[in-house]
Amino acid sequence: MPRAKIPRKSTTIDMTAMCDVAFLLLSFFILATKFKPPEALSVTTPSSVSSKVAPEKNVVLITMDKEGKVYFSVSDVNKQEKKDIIDEINTSKNLGLTDAEKANFSKNPTAYIGVPFSMLKSYLDKSADQLKGVTLPGIPAQDSTNNELTDWVRAAVGAFQGGHMNLLVKGDDAAKYPSFQGVIIAFKKNDQLKFQLVTSPVSAPIGSELEKVQKAAGNKVSE
Amino acid sequence: MAEMDTSGGGGHKKGPGVKKSKKLSTRVDLTPMVDLGFLLITFFIFTTTMSQPTAMKLNLPKDTDKPDEQNKLKESAALTVMPSKSDMVYYYEGLDPSKLQSSTFKKNAIRDIILDKKRRTDPKDFMVIIKPTKDATYKNTVDILDEMKIDDVKRYALVDITPDEYKFVALTEQANGIK
Repeated sequence: MPRAKIPRKSTTIDMTAMCDVAFLLLSFFILATKFKPPEALSVTTPSSVSSKVAPEKNVVLITMDKEGKVYFSVSDVNKQEKKDIIDEINTSKNLGLTDAEKANFSKNPTAYIGVPFSMLKSYLDKSADQLKGVTLPGIPAQDSTNNELTDWVRAAVGAFQGGHMNLLVKGDDAAKYPSFQGVIIAFKKNDQLKFQLVTSPVSAPIGSELEKVQKAAGNKVSE
Repeated sequence: MAEMDTSGGGGHKKGPGVKKSKKLSTRVDLTPMVDLGFLLITFFIFTTTMSQPTAMKLNLPKDTDKPDEQNKLKESAALTVMPSKSDMVYYYEGLDPSKLQSSTFKKNAIRDIILDKKRRTDPKDFMVIIKPTKDATYKNTVDILDEMKIDDVKRYALVDITPDEYKFVALTEQANGIK
């Protein structure tokens, strides 16, 4: 009996289409990936169960690095407020800043103020390149007697008057409590009793009270 | 699609002595290229950070000397927790710091203590007072504030430690040999 002849088919398939898809996706991801801007300060934030996204506008950010040094910065979009703040500081502290130095504070996006008032003029003179690798002493804010952060917060409160200001504290895991206490003192002196701590999100531990509350409220976002 | 005409020279007639070149296929095996593509895709998918930093709200009580503006606190309903060095937490119930006991952030030990105290007290009065010592890190402070949320504690306050309390913490630390 003659056997039915099965035609041998090639197993190679045209990979072109698959290749196209792969590279299309690849280009999408390359373009969509937003690399973190090189931050002047590397801060590892502690985690919390809070799921409220940190605001990005109208932000006055107080950063504490791992040595507990305190820095002050304002979000880039608030150009007018930045200008007001530096003007206010300049007048009240008699720093004699030139317009170029003032502009440096509002222009330079990496301008974290991390120097005492006495060094502010020379700090703002430097360009971004010159500031690379320079260790800043931080704003003196350790105690209530010499708390320069108080003046910065006061200037910020004045600049944001009438609008909404988001006071944010971003601290490193390893920062010691006294620097945080200094920041709190600066806030309290300006009657800024509501602020937010920047944290990285984690989910609520299983079986905890919070999880029960969240379940009861459906998937409502907790604040 | 991925082929090209490689017959070369169109109607070019072969002269004598010219070797007839073999027609090579231009089909390339694209499998390695696809592999590479997907490898890179996986890399970019994993490195893309989708998570944004979150913010945790903290309200401070206003400093006031007027007694009628101050919050009243029942002694039996108070729990004072003091985060200190080496991730240790010291706590006492009521208002007597000499009854200091120690606990730790590890294995949710402090959570059990807070929940235990919460069960035993009237939820209306229950209050946790957080007094980080100067050796506590910022992480400890945020952790304990976070713990308040995890344990659904409605009333808590971040207060400065008194020298008296710090003395007791220091003594306990010395006794336990924590540096």
